Amino acid sequence: MISAQGLTKFYGDRCAVSELDFTIEGGEIVGFLGLNGAGKTTTLRILACLLLPSRGTVRIHDLDVVDNPHEIRKLVGFLPETPPLYAEMTVDSYLRFVGRLRGLGGARLRERLAQVVQQTNLEEVRQQVIGSLSHGYRQRVGIAQAVIHDPPVLILDEPIQGLDPVQIVEMRELVRGLKGRHTILLSSHILSEIHQTCDRLMVLQNGALAAVGTERELTARLTGSQRLSLLVRGHTEPLLRLVRSAEHVQSCEAEGADHGAPAESGLVRLSVTSSQDIRELLSRRLVESGFGVLELGRAEAQLETVFLQLARGGEPTAFPAPPQA
Amino acid sequence: MRNIVLIARRELGAYVCLPMGYVIVALVLFVDGLLFNAYALGGEAKLSAEVLQLFFAFASFMTMVSGVLLAMRLVAEEHQLGTLTLLLTAPVRDGEIVLGKFLSALTFFALMTLLSLYLPLLVFVNGKVALGQIVGGYLGLLLLGSLSLSIGLFASALARSQIVAAVTGGALLTACYLLYLGAGLVEPPLRELMAYLSPQRHLQWQTGLISSRDVFYYLSGSGLFLVLTTHVLQARRWR
Repeated sequence: MISAQGLTKFYGDRCAVSELDFTIEGGEIVGFLGLNGAGKTTTLRILACLLLPSRGTVRIHDLDVVDNPHEIRKLVGFLPETPPLYAEMTVDSYLRFVGRLRGLGGARLRERLAQVVQQTNLEEVRQQVIGSLSHGYRQRVGIAQAVIHDPPVLILDEPIQGLDPVQIVEMRELVRGLKGRHTILLSSHILSEIHQTCDRLMVLQNGALAAVGTERELTARLTGSQRLSLLVRGHTEPLLRLVRSAEHVQSCEAEGADHGAPAESGLVRLSVTSSQDIRELLSRRLVESGFGVLELGRAEAQLETVFLQLARGGEPTAFPAPPQA
Repeated sequence: MRNIVLIARRELGAYVCLPMGYVIVALVLFVDGLLFNAYALGGEAKLSAEVLQLFFAFASFMTMVSGVLLAMRLVAEEHQLGTLTLLLTAPVRDGEIVLGKFLSALTFFALMTLLSLYLPLLVFVNGKVALGQIVGGYLGLLLLGSLSLSIGLFASALARSQIVAAVTGGALLTACYLLYLGAGLVEPPLRELMAYLSPQRHLQWQTGLISSRDVFYYLSGSGLFLVLTTHVLQARRWR
């Protein structure tokens, strides 16, 4: 659906984006991660046909951004870092204007307007002047203008920037709600957001692609291991011995436990690093040995560590795109 | 055409909704009235046709000032507020954006200029003039306004802020006027060319006479700056 080959962009002598190669399949939510100045916004602006690449090719739905920008703009909805809103217009008149600008009219415009207003929860402010809206609502109007023409590709540049925690949760739900209908490219430097919203990550470092893959793939590739977290009832010492003796286990640590005796509650939390997925094997062995397994799962995201390593120049990694949705 | 009308309507709405439009209208009408009263009507006795000619001469100056002021926000403000992104990522040609904005400013300018119509009509209180002189004069103001707006729009596309746009537009218009003075300093055939390029050479309409040569000058000048503005917008995509 979206492919870039050798995508390069210069601002004068400065190279903002260098030799990017990537493919994004239909229906995916892909997160662009990177420090400030890494080239996220430039890449998204090229995909939105706002900028022209200096070198390389970018194709959206088999159309080239240099040869067919007019056609591509019909297929793309774009929310820039600052939502492009006319403060003197009401939400309703603004969305009607954008809808018409993007080729809608008559019954189709009315239908899409009703859907988008409902989808973005803008009913109660529909007749309000945009200049009087809160930041959260403005961001919603920004999303609404991007999806009004129901584009197959949606590009959101820092959609949660400046939102409060409640608004972030609402925006996350909104973006998730758009999944399936649209292929979504999202840029953010808020790691937890990317982690919770996106199917795949692209990490940019100094304008180059440092890594592409799911969070799990990136973590495993970068650390060469998988981390499990267990909550087990039993004595710490025999528990550690048992787990450490299991196949593929690289390390096992008990968190905050006195190794000589069971914890006061009788529960021990273990952090296990293994070279392979050993969840099944480990759970069977623990139960057979008489330990009570209360929790066993992958450790929560190590995204921050991974991000910092990649963004600051960690080992470049590449993963194939997942099967087509 | 649909996109041009759509953009023009929105821009016209912005002129009506925002205070800037009213401030410019008030300023123009105030200065026009003041100059008309002090210089056109005042002083020694004149023929009514001379009074009108003086009125259109003062109104020409205010037309150029208001042209630059009305056009300064058209692109520069959108750039400052980030709303230009909306237009540049929509399936709309750059030429349509430029034409839409220009037409909205020209419509607003025409309405504003019509509001000053009571001034030349006052001549009828104590005198008599040909209606054709009034019609010709207003048509001339519209043509001069068109040129001023297109130069202002070009400056607005070049600049990153409205102030810089106004200063650039004003400087460009002044330079066009100075061409006429400069023409006296050079030898033919450059003299003829420089004089022709200056609006000063094309003010015959102030006497009520509209020549096709002047109409061509104003329309081609406006067209040239609109094309240049379109190229500036296109060039932004390479930056």
